[in-house]
Amino acid sequence: MEKKQPKIEINEKYCKGCRICVEFCPTKVFEMRGFVASVKNPEACIACMQCELRCPDFAVTVTL
Amino acid sequence: MGFDYEKYIRPGKLPHIWCPGCGHGIVMKGLIRAIDALALDRDMTAIVSGIGCASRLPGYLDFCTLHTTHGRGVAFATGIKMAKPGMNVICVGGDGDGVAIGGNHFIHACRRNIDMTYLIMNNHIYGMTGGQFSPTTPFGARASTTPYGNPDPPFDIARLAIGAGATFVARGTAFHASQIDKLLVEAIRHKGFSVVEILDSCPTTFGRKNKFKSVIEMMNHLKEIAVPVAAADKMSAEQLQGKVLTGVLHREDKPEYVEEYGRLVERVRESMEG
Repeated sequence: MEKKQPKIEINEKYCKGCRICVEFCPTKVFEMRGFVASVKNPEACIACMQCELRCPDFAVTVTL
Repeated sequence: MGFDYEKYIRPGKLPHIWCPGCGHGIVMKGLIRAIDALALDRDMTAIVSGIGCASRLPGYLDFCTLHTTHGRGVAFATGIKMAKPGMNVICVGGDGDGVAIGGNHFIHACRRNIDMTYLIMNNHIYGMTGGQFSPTTPFGARASTTPYGNPDPPFDIARLAIGAGATFVARGTAFHASQIDKLLVEAIRHKGFSVVEILDSCPTTFGRKNKFKSVIEMMNHLKEIAVPVAAADKMSAEQLQGKVLTGVLHREDKPEYVEEYGRLVERVRESMEG
């Protein structure tokens, strides 16, 4: 069965660059690009949803 | 998945004013998920707050909201519940708002057991006014008014609530984000005064003065000190030193105030007529 790729979106207007998603992602999907987070390895995502739950700024959305 | 939070947020209110890394946003998301899970009617849900960083929360939410005077959120919420017992009343606030300035309102609402939920975001400091120490600032911690360390022992909000007579008391942390909505769902369902304390991070005023380089260290600290109640039973007193219990800490059934008051009115009316 083919693995379904989760879609990760970051709203740069909301992101304040706290780095919570970058540091606590278990598969290191995110990186900092300047003052905001961005998606580096979307294919590594295991859809644990922790980034979406822990983003204090409503900036990260993961859609399955 | 991909939860639609914006459905419950007033248009144009985001991004919110909280600092980068402030845990209040995580708690607000938890509250939105809990309200969504319970499918509460927007017009029958009142969210009340006092003053402070945490008390900015109702301003973002598209419900019946009330932003009141410092520490008096619980008093206004009591008024709403008495006037409209059918409403779901949720009071939110910080540690300074809840247990310092509103300390008296808090303990008496616990004693009275009125049916509402009090969500306390405990970031151990007065963030909005410039980082003064609050009653929950840990012993020895630095704040702008305790530059050489805090000489006072802190309040344990959950134990204070249990001692004062709250019938549902739970504690979570901003790091354990998926637990917040589960605790809040149980608290809102509970008939009586329910207190949910969420340990939070304030990187701007608390973290900077207490050798937390960033919010990441603060989140790791929350991760280290939190021990679920079930796991704590198997741990020795030494292992529990410096740890904080999380989960549902207390639950009991006691007569609820609005119902008791209604019965009192009935009883007096009958005696007057008879």
